Amino acid sequence: MDNNGANGDIVLEISGLQKSFGDYTVLEDIELEISKGETIVLLGKSGTGKSVILQCIIGLLIPTKGTIKVFGEEFTNLPEDKKNLIRRRIGFLFQSGALYDSMTVRQNLEFPVIRQPDYKKSDLTPKVEEALKNVSLSDAVDKMPSELSGGMKKRIALARTLMLDPEIILYDEPTTGLDPVTSNEISHLILEMQKKFNVTSLIVTHDIPCAKLVADRIIVLKEGKITAMGSYDELEKSEDEFVRGFFEFS
Amino acid sequence: MAADTKTSQLQDVKKFRFKFPESVESLFLKVAMLSVFALKCLKGIFRPPFEFVESLKQFYEIGYKSFGLIAITGFIIGLTLTLQSVPTLNKFGAESLVPSMVALAVILEIGPVISSLIFAGKIGSGIGAELGSMKVTEQISAMEVSGTNPFKYLVVTRVIATTLMLPLLVILADSIALFGGFIAVNLTNSTSLELFMINSFSSIDLKDIIPAVVKTFLFGFSIGVVGCYEGYNADRGTESVGIAANTAVVISSLLVILIDMVMVQLTSIIF
Ligand SMILES: Nc1ncnc2c1ncn2[C@@H]1O[C@H](COP(=O)(O)OP(=O)(O)O)[C@@H](O)[C@H]1O
Ligand SMILES: [Mg+2]
Repeated sequence: MDNNGANGDIVLEISGLQKSFGDYTVLEDIELEISKGETIVLLGKSGTGKSVILQCIIGLLIPTKGTIKVFGEEFTNLPEDKKNLIRRRIGFLFQSGALYDSMTVRQNLEFPVIRQPDYKKSDLTPKVEEALKNVSLSDAVDKMPSELSGGMKKRIALARTLMLDPEIILYDEPTTGLDPVTSNEISHLILEMQKKFNVTSLIVTHDIPCAKLVADRIIVLKEGKITAMGSYDELEKSEDEFVRGFFEFS
Repeated sequence: MAADTKTSQLQDVKKFRFKFPESVESLFLKVAMLSVFALKCLKGIFRPPFEFVESLKQFYEIGYKSFGLIAITGFIIGLTLTLQSVPTLNKFGAESLVPSMVALAVILEIGPVISSLIFAGKIGSGIGAELGSMKVTEQISAMEVSGTNPFKYLVVTRVIATTLMLPLLVILADSIALFGGFIAVNLTNSTSLELFMINSFSSIDLKDIIPAVVKTFLFGFSIGVVGCYEGYNADRGTESVGIAANTAVVISSLLVILIDMVMVQLTSIIF
């Protein structure tokens, strides 16, 4: 397997993860280990529970069964303050961007930082400028989210995610709903972040060119389980029709 | 399956409106959940960390921005109430009682209740829609993962604001209503403002005013709690924003009336 940049430390370990809503079981049994610096792409049809996996990892949803270890610590049962310590090392890019629409771009970016107990006020402005430069949107700093296009919102959301220098970034469909050119830009941005900061990433996407560009490993989710795992080239030639189906449009 | 329910929801515009709980069981469930939510708010109000800046912002958004609406409401209540009671009281030769009758009605009942209902319409729906859309667009989750307690930041600040601002607004509405009454009296007779006010307060004691003010704190609290509850617990689809706003208004208006009834009974027992 081709683990570019991975150095073997497991930073995220999911075992026996099961998640049900009432009687409806979304995830049956998920096993996954991600090493430091690795980029994993998660494929699967809509509604198979990809977002649910991400939300379980960050603790927005409580798993019905199973364990999730982040940086070697069992995350699910931690008290809220300990959870927050780990959360600040994880970035989450929401599917909708989730920008706070009552705040300007600057306030959006500052929000996660000023709420950390140890932040320095003098660092704030340079940090905002740097994050916006990373996503090439320095002009947007005083705009409201409603004034931004879909692609700009995603980029600002990514900038906000980067404000706390996360070691792991979870991306929920970072390019969905964007035109091919903007999608490509975002994919390159993800790649750049990876190289620049050596972050570990888990990316949910339907965007095969993006997956091809960024993925060290691709996993395919089907009916609550991981049915295939491998490099892009391996999965593209998979025997399994279902798996191959994801690659046929590209 | 999920797609089917979506389309039928879109076709059925009634879905956007408040629905009364279908069974006694779900009614009790709702009451229980609201009570738990209210208790959680109370706990949040008195326990650190406190969100001072955001609370101040909500005072402005919720209190200051309702000022105009409440003032107009108060003025018209006072004016019309007086205009309508003057002929009746004249028939009994009791026109000198007009100021105190108006003051009594306005301060004890009409001022608090009507202002609160208007406030529930403006602020209850506003909070329901705002938090509902934040929920649907994952902004509340985003706060949570960035280490902020969204309940404290969004809910507690708003509940504090409604609880403290509504009583002030009601006092304002009452004063303006009395002024409206003064103008109405002056359309037919002429009195000085001073005399009108002295007459107004001649039959009102502190023991009338205190319960009337106390109940407005409760109105404010329940409007805030219900608005936040509906928004914070909105479902995942976009239509749920409308439902949250609408349900917030219906339930909080109903609560205002119910609390008023209970408080009036309580007051008459205590005093
Ligand atoms: N908070 C929730 N409450 C109830 N059901 C949920 C919740 N989150 C997700 N689901 C259900 O779980 C399934 C998987 O959802 P999701 O993870 O969003 O799919 P996707 O793979 O497209 O991201 C869907 O059927 C959805 O209805
Ligand atoms: Mg999803």
